[in-house]
Amino acid sequence: MSPEQPLVRALNVHKAFGHVEVLKGIDLQVERGQVVCLLGPSGSGKTTFLRCINQLETFDGGRIWVDGKLIGYEERGGRLHRLTDKRIAAQRRDIGMVFQRFNLFPHMTALENVTEGPCQVRGVSKREAKLEALALLERVGLSDRAGNYPSQLSGGQQQRVAIARALAMKPKLMLFDEPTSALDPELVGEVLEVMKELAAEGTTMIVVTHEVAFARDVADEVVFMDGGVVVERGTPAEVLGAPKEDRTRTFLTRMRSEHHA
Amino acid sequence: MSAQPPVSADGQAGASAEERPGRIEAVPVRHPGRWVAVAVIAVLVAMFLHLLLTNPVFNWPFVFEAMNQRVVIEGFIYGTLLVTLGAMVVGVVGGVILAVMRLSPNPVLSGVSWVFTWFFRGIPRLVLLTFTGGIGALFATGLSIGVPFDFLLDRWFGTGELRLFTLSQTEINVLVGSIFGGIIGLGLSEAAYMAEIARAGILSVDRGQQEAAEALGMTRSQTMRRIVLPQAMRVIVPPTGNEVTAMLKDTSLLIGIPVTAELFFQLRNIGSTTYQLIPVFVAAILYYLAATSVLMVGQYFLEKRFGRGFGSRMAPKPKAAAGAGAGAATGGAK
Repeated sequence: MSPEQPLVRALNVHKAFGHVEVLKGIDLQVERGQVVCLLGPSGSGKTTFLRCINQLETFDGGRIWVDGKLIGYEERGGRLHRLTDKRIAAQRRDIGMVFQRFNLFPHMTALENVTEGPCQVRGVSKREAKLEALALLERVGLSDRAGNYPSQLSGGQQQRVAIARALAMKPKLMLFDEPTSALDPELVGEVLEVMKELAAEGTTMIVVTHEVAFARDVADEVVFMDGGVVVERGTPAEVLGAPKEDRTRTFLTRMRSEHHA
Repeated sequence: MSAQPPVSADGQAGASAEERPGRIEAVPVRHPGRWVAVAVIAVLVAMFLHLLLTNPVFNWPFVFEAMNQRVVIEGFIYGTLLVTLGAMVVGVVGGVILAVMRLSPNPVLSGVSWVFTWFFRGIPRLVLLTFTGGIGALFATGLSIGVPFDFLLDRWFGTGELRLFTLSQTEINVLVGSIFGGIIGLGLSEAAYMAEIARAGILSVDRGQQEAAEALGMTRSQTMRRIVLPQAMRVIVPPTGNEVTAMLKDTSLLIGIPVTAELFFQLRNIGSTTYQLIPVFVAAILYYLAATSVLMVGQYFLEKRFGRGFGSRMAPKPKAAAGAGAGAATGGAK
């Protein structure tokens, strides 16, 4: 293991739901501090792949390492052993996730949502967690909403609380699963703004998104997926500016026309 | 009710197009049916009051005297309230455990939960309590906790008796013949019903909640305790309120054991020795109504507590009243 080893390394990841193969050999490398955007039509497998990285889905083939550690399994005596639920939970502590539909805990205030992880999982004292949480809520521009329940917040505010909740675990890696797809168009900007700041601060991020403009401005690498395979990858200028593959071009044309409609 | 002629909208026909319609001063729809209903109900209420106040069989002074008897009050406190509380604690704790077992990926646990529910939901409570009361007959030589078939092990390996402790038949009879037997019998039966209620509650929580908790690195049990169950409570509390009401009334079945330190038994006893049956029944009705009314208030506050964060989606007050009413209806069916 060299010190320059990538934070995330996925090799030949396969996954099938019954007879439907949704991932057919995905490779991916994410260096520390990099932002990788996964683009592609719905059903292309990008969300499934993202969920494999923190084991919300199991995969049937290939390997994923995060920070040099194999995810979900352990190699002992030349055989792979499935990790227990407890050890998978421990692996997830270092990987933050933001969901399309926010999934905030509705019975807790914004502040309690953010302190829940540190208090329950990392064993941080209530007082310390509260101070950290207030700082995080301030960072996402919601310090005045700490006492509100999710139902009293707009979609954009809920998603920003969800980002603060994930950051509270001090993750090495942040996964975003279409974080703006469930938002009203006028609320998308505030969430993307927070994500841009995170990227600028050097957070390692993998973002599944339909926001082509965000990928162009923020991503270090853009990966275009379709039908369970990586069709094309490269810098935003390469993939978005001068796509080589027909499928990428068709997708981008459609996305752009939808945006202007 | 006859249809009213519609207020004519002749604004466009006659008046000039410039004149903009102002404030609406329409004749409201009449509801003659409501007044008929008021009259009918008023007559019925008057007839009922006539019956209550003038019929000497009610013997109101005796009603209150019966309610004030020491044995009756003790029966109400121990046989009715304490057994309701105890059985509901056993039932709720047992029910939640059974629901979690039922939803567990472990097929043995979920099977055991299913069999338990099938068994205890299928037995009438009076039959169950009568059987509980007589269960001592099974243990003529006492009941021991220890290694099963230890007499065989002793014969083959000479291990001797492998028993932790033994209850004699008399001890068992005293135990199950007291309100303890009632609490266990009614509690196990209640656990079977509560299991279904808790399961519905757990299943009502969005799957994304569990994923969000797991993504934070919470374990399965933390997720259940901190995230899923508190949200499930919102769905669990209203029907549980009905169950408490039903349980309160089912304590009158303790006679099956038989336990006599119970409200209705004591009142009926007074009635049969004094030939004042109607007054003691009225006394029982008043006790049960008072207790269920207090429960309704408690349920209102519980629903408010677990409805936190769900804003206007929860209308607690009418729901509480409707819930208690439905409870009275389903309670009798058990």
